[in-house]
Amino acid sequence: MDFTVALAQIKPKLGCLDDNMALIEAAIEKGIAAGADLVVFPELALTGYFLKDLVPEVALRLDAPQIEKLKLLSRQISIAIGLVEVSSDFRFFNSAIYLEQGEIRHVHRKVYLPTYGLFDEQRYLARGDRFRAFDTRFGRVGILICEDMWHLSAPYILAMDGAMTLICLSSSPGRGVSGSEGLGSAAAWQKLTSTTAMFLNCRVFYCNRVGYEDGINFWGGSEAIAPSGEVTDRGALLDEDFVVAKVDGGALRRERIFSPMMRDENLAITVKELKRIDRENNR
Amino acid sequence: MGALTVNTALLRQILVGFVRDEVTKVGLKKGVLGLSGGIDSALVAYIAAEALGPENVYAYTMPYRTSNPESEAHAKLIADQLGINYQVLEITPMVDAYFDLVPAADNMRRGNKMARERMTILYDHSAEVGGLVLGTSNKTELLLGYGTLHGDMASALNPIGDIYKTQVWELSEAMGVPNEVIAKKPSADLWAGQTDEDDLGFSYRDADELLYRMVDQRMSREELIAAGFEPQFIDTVHRKVQGSHFKRRLPVIAKVSNRTIDRDFRYARDWGK
Repeated sequence: MDFTVALAQIKPKLGCLDDNMALIEAAIEKGIAAGADLVVFPELALTGYFLKDLVPEVALRLDAPQIEKLKLLSRQISIAIGLVEVSSDFRFFNSAIYLEQGEIRHVHRKVYLPTYGLFDEQRYLARGDRFRAFDTRFGRVGILICEDMWHLSAPYILAMDGAMTLICLSSSPGRGVSGSEGLGSAAAWQKLTSTTAMFLNCRVFYCNRVGYEDGINFWGGSEAIAPSGEVTDRGALLDEDFVVAKVDGGALRRERIFSPMMRDENLAITVKELKRIDRENNR
Repeated sequence: MGALTVNTALLRQILVGFVRDEVTKVGLKKGVLGLSGGIDSALVAYIAAEALGPENVYAYTMPYRTSNPESEAHAKLIADQLGINYQVLEITPMVDAYFDLVPAADNMRRGNKMARERMTILYDHSAEVGGLVLGTSNKTELLLGYGTLHGDMASALNPIGDIYKTQVWELSEAMGVPNEVIAKKPSADLWAGQTDEDDLGFSYRDADELLYRMVDQRMSREELIAAGFEPQFIDTVHRKVQGSHFKRRLPVIAKVSNRTIDRDFRYARDWGK
């Protein structure tokens, strides 16, 4: 099935739920007007990224009015969006929710919380404990949040769980200006998204934010990647953008005929060997 | 060597975007800076003019009676070329009035006093015009501690604090800073004939090659020696970095409560922006 995805490369304001909600609603309206079937937002789109002690102050329960509003809008367009989620036992998660036809279809809680270099997520946030694919009107989908994608096992698990579309929500800081043409962090991501698509014969939608927080820039460059690894659409570097990408549904079928790696992937061997490694590590 | 080459177009885009974003998000549109006639403040003026528009940039040259007249001439050249707001404010009366009270002060104390005098003037003008003070210290100076705490190191935003002097030269060339400003020997201009490199005892280019490997690439002492750096040079630079670390931190607060500022009361400066 052909469909259209919009990647909302927005610039959230740090800790300002109301302002960001307005930004998000405007982008959703824009997606609807552009005829998009799905709109993807960045990681922590509702709150901004370097929240530190603001985490509990901007966290939302899944029955919050903002999410009710998004549910309503998802009757017109499917939505993938990032926020801080608070659970009933007061743990705070860096979460992404997928809304469709008026319901939350899936919640992914970020598993790999980067806590090194300029990152400090584990200080403030609780860690998710699963990767699960889920069904949507575009087929089976898997969601990753930023750092999750840098762990090979995460997209692998989602693909083995049947996902043929991987959505990655990101707040990736730009760094590594060198003599080469691109930004270091952008170049690394571009290799990763394309290679992941190629390895797993999946399409990848990558949405990264822009703007600055305390001098740290977010570089944007959101992408739609075909299952061949080819980037079909890419957003502006370092500037707000709204990427509307036509997705050729047939490309997935053709790629899976041409390069049937996922057909041949042997889950039994993988599980057997991982179990052996686990056993040996625990000896 | 030569690991410090940068993509100047990309660097320019990030730094210009930084000044524009961080000034406008606090509800302002103007930037204020001290224009010494040297390359660092020249580069910041070019970045600010591109980010905010020349009409929103306010530059001040604040000479002391021993300052080299060439510095003021270069500052004026830069201001004219950019079409930014420009004013000369001499600090001799205030500085001399103070040193009449403490005549025994040495060159370092005099230099620090001048730097802090200039800082108070910039902050006063930032209140007058309603703009943020833009910092002009580069990464080399900041790491070596070659600057005056609460003087030239004071600012609201610093677009060039993460780029080395070598990269300041590269970007300045790309952005059209006049050649005479790029080519001259860097100087704090506190007395006639002073140069940074004489003060430091080594060249900025050598220091940058070392600092880049030591700080950015985290190479060990053994790896640095294997890469061709003299052990004595490595130790001198390392000592300067460590010894000046206090200048790069906020004042230390004695902890007694459960939530101490910056320790366990942590918010981004752009909180709510």
